[in-house]
Amino acid sequence: MSSNTQSSNKPSTIDLVNKNLAKRYRAEKRFRGYGIASILFGLICLVFLFTDIIGKGYTAFVQNYIQLEVQLDADTLGISDINDPNQVAMANYMGVIKRSLRERFPEVTGRRDKRKLYALVSNGSGFDLRKQMEADPEILGTTQSLWFMADDDVDTYIKSYSKDGKVFTGRTDEMQQGWIASLIEADQVESRFNTVFFQNGDSREPEQAGIRGAIMGSLFTMLVTLLLSFPIGVAAAVYLEEYAPKNKWTDLIEVNINNLAAVPSIIFGLLGVAIFIGMFGMPRSLPLVGGMVLTLMTLPTIIISSRAAIKAVPPSIREAALGIGASKMQMILHHVLPLAMPGMLTGAIIGLAQALGETAPLLMIGMVAFIVDVPGGVTDPATVLPVQIFLWSDSPERAFVERTSAAIMVLLGFLIVMNALAVWLRKRLERRW
Amino acid sequence: MKKTLLTAALAAATLAGTQVASAARDYITVVGSSTVYPFATVVAERFGKGTNFKTPNVESTGSGGGLKLFCNGVGQEHPDVTNASRRIKASEVDRCAKNGVNDIVEVLIGYDGIVLANSKKSEQITLSRRDIFLALAKDVPNPNGKEELVPNPYKTWKDVNPALPATKIEVLGPPPTSGTRDAFAELALEGGCKSFGWIKDIKSQSKKAKKAGDKKLSKSLKKKYKGICHTVREDGPYVEAGENDNLIVQKLNANPAALGVFGFSFLDQNADKVQGSLIDGQEPTFDSIADGSYPVSRPLYFYVKKAHIGVTPGITEYLAEFTSEKAFGPEGYLTEKGMIPLGDAKRAQVAADVKGLKNLSL
Repeated sequence: MSSNTQSSNKPSTIDLVNKNLAKRYRAEKRFRGYGIASILFGLICLVFLFTDIIGKGYTAFVQNYIQLEVQLDADTLGISDINDPNQVAMANYMGVIKRSLRERFPEVTGRRDKRKLYALVSNGSGFDLRKQMEADPEILGTTQSLWFMADDDVDTYIKSYSKDGKVFTGRTDEMQQGWIASLIEADQVESRFNTVFFQNGDSREPEQAGIRGAIMGSLFTMLVTLLLSFPIGVAAAVYLEEYAPKNKWTDLIEVNINNLAAVPSIIFGLLGVAIFIGMFGMPRSLPLVGGMVLTLMTLPTIIISSRAAIKAVPPSIREAALGIGASKMQMILHHVLPLAMPGMLTGAIIGLAQALGETAPLLMIGMVAFIVDVPGGVTDPATVLPVQIFLWSDSPERAFVERTSAAIMVLLGFLIVMNALAVWLRKRLERRW
Repeated sequence: MKKTLLTAALAAATLAGTQVASAARDYITVVGSSTVYPFATVVAERFGKGTNFKTPNVESTGSGGGLKLFCNGVGQEHPDVTNASRRIKASEVDRCAKNGVNDIVEVLIGYDGIVLANSKKSEQITLSRRDIFLALAKDVPNPNGKEELVPNPYKTWKDVNPALPATKIEVLGPPPTSGTRDAFAELALEGGCKSFGWIKDIKSQSKKAKKAGDKKLSKSLKKKYKGICHTVREDGPYVEAGENDNLIVQKLNANPAALGVFGFSFLDQNADKVQGSLIDGQEPTFDSIADGSYPVSRPLYFYVKKAHIGVTPGITEYLAEFTSEKAFGPEGYLTEKGMIPLGDAKRAQVAADVKGLKNLSL
């Protein structure tokens, strides 16, 4: 009885709840709203980044070529014996190209104007012509209509010319613009897919600069990193998880590994320069040294993720293996490691992806350098992709702006492929219990 | 299986390591100034394409950093050549000698101008070095004419010089680690600083003290002089915009009221976006820097280790390529990249010195 009278005086629980319900729903909505706003903010940043990079960089994938009628006579080239490779290598290719430019524009006289005229085509055209001559000596003595790369200033001008009304004249002057217009009118300018960008190493002439040297450098560096860090990381993780006694020492090691994962990467570069270059006397700029430095950097990541993967293997599997008479090593090699492999691989790939984007430690060991020759192994000097981006972004030539963005796209492509691989491996190899 | 893989990887690594350490380097390594880098790389590339030698590696480490690496010793792990946007210092020569680097060949290759520029959207500005000093130094002479220093009170260009526009002083420039900043302080700020007689007196007093044998006084006076003339203000008008000159150009484009400090080659490449300010009545152009009338320009050098000639293949040929007329001559390909060439007589002398591998003498 008494309880009844009390409840009629006081509001019941359900009334209290109902009274606050609208407020709680609002709070709930706001809470969700914060999350959506954060995601939207992230997405906007991403869209902004991508439009900026792609908008600046997509033009780097095409390159303008200029067609010239080149008369390849032996006298001007200075080749008396086509079978002498030395003569073919040292012949005056630029001379015949310059002559064909003069013939195309016979009205140009005067030293200064001629220099401007020669600046229409890339100054690497001579090397291109040499390659063609070496590939097909038959063309000696004939007149060929050949395509040559446009100089970077000309290329930038033509690209801006076709894009919109606002023309970027850059370093080209009115005379050169007139010549270009006449070439375009005669259909002697063609824009093609920029294969050079994917075939060449670095160059100071933007039209001859390519990303291949950096891609190969990244590849070799990552190879060394993978070969060193994965076995060492897995071995360390297996020992720490399966064998190590639980005591002060293993605690200390664990704390140190976790700390190392958070150490700024430049420190590893300093360590690398002191040990590999200072003590062992290795030369600078090698992917081998770069790979070893990045190994130091990725090891903590791989050890931590491998330990987590090993820990996730259920104890019942271990006990079953031991129960039917397997030795501890057999248990680990036959059961634990195969089951933990997807997690360990994912960790390794994420560690490598992080190492792929690293520049700071490589700065110390001399991989931030101008290297033209495409590396052919781990002991050839090389740069890596992020370093190439950094170097190009710092170059004064205008045409490097678009190449910087293009290189960023290539690097992003690599990162996306690696992360997709990690996801795929996880999906494919993962087992559930 | 894992174990064999591990041992194999370790063995391969050590093997490769020892092999690398024992094999001789067959390409030239170049380190040093970021200002000389764009020119050295062009030469390196041409050298690699035009000869049978491998293309030299060029690293941009800054003048000081390059000389440090260069002077670390003789041997294939040390660089063969270092670039510098200033002359080598006596202290650096001493350090080199201590580490066994005794014979050095010095090559003066040309000049680089430092420009103050603003966006083309605003008016071109005419400044004197005195204006630059008054606008950017930390402490300046008291505006009332007394011979004492006061913290820089100037907020707008008009405060500095009534002939200038009434816009806020805002200069984007490189940080103190940069060689461009050092050269800017030495050439532009000190140039303006010297125009005050009583500050200049401090330097002559220091010289007098040195002659009289009072080293301590001489040093402290010199330090005082440098402190006055080279210290850039830190209260906002000078903005450290990083080492990347392209970034400064971009920022100027976005902010037409600001001025930027960078190398001439960047002005040359971005002539559609920015314009150089006139300094002491001279516009920064190719010709005005070459004939020395533009006041803010500096020499560019590189240094070669003589002990490496004959050990690392191609050094003499690289030297010859760098000092050939087609490279550093007035019509050469380096001038196309924005380097200002030496005069005819000076160039001939440098080329001759290089041929004879003349030793550096300070």
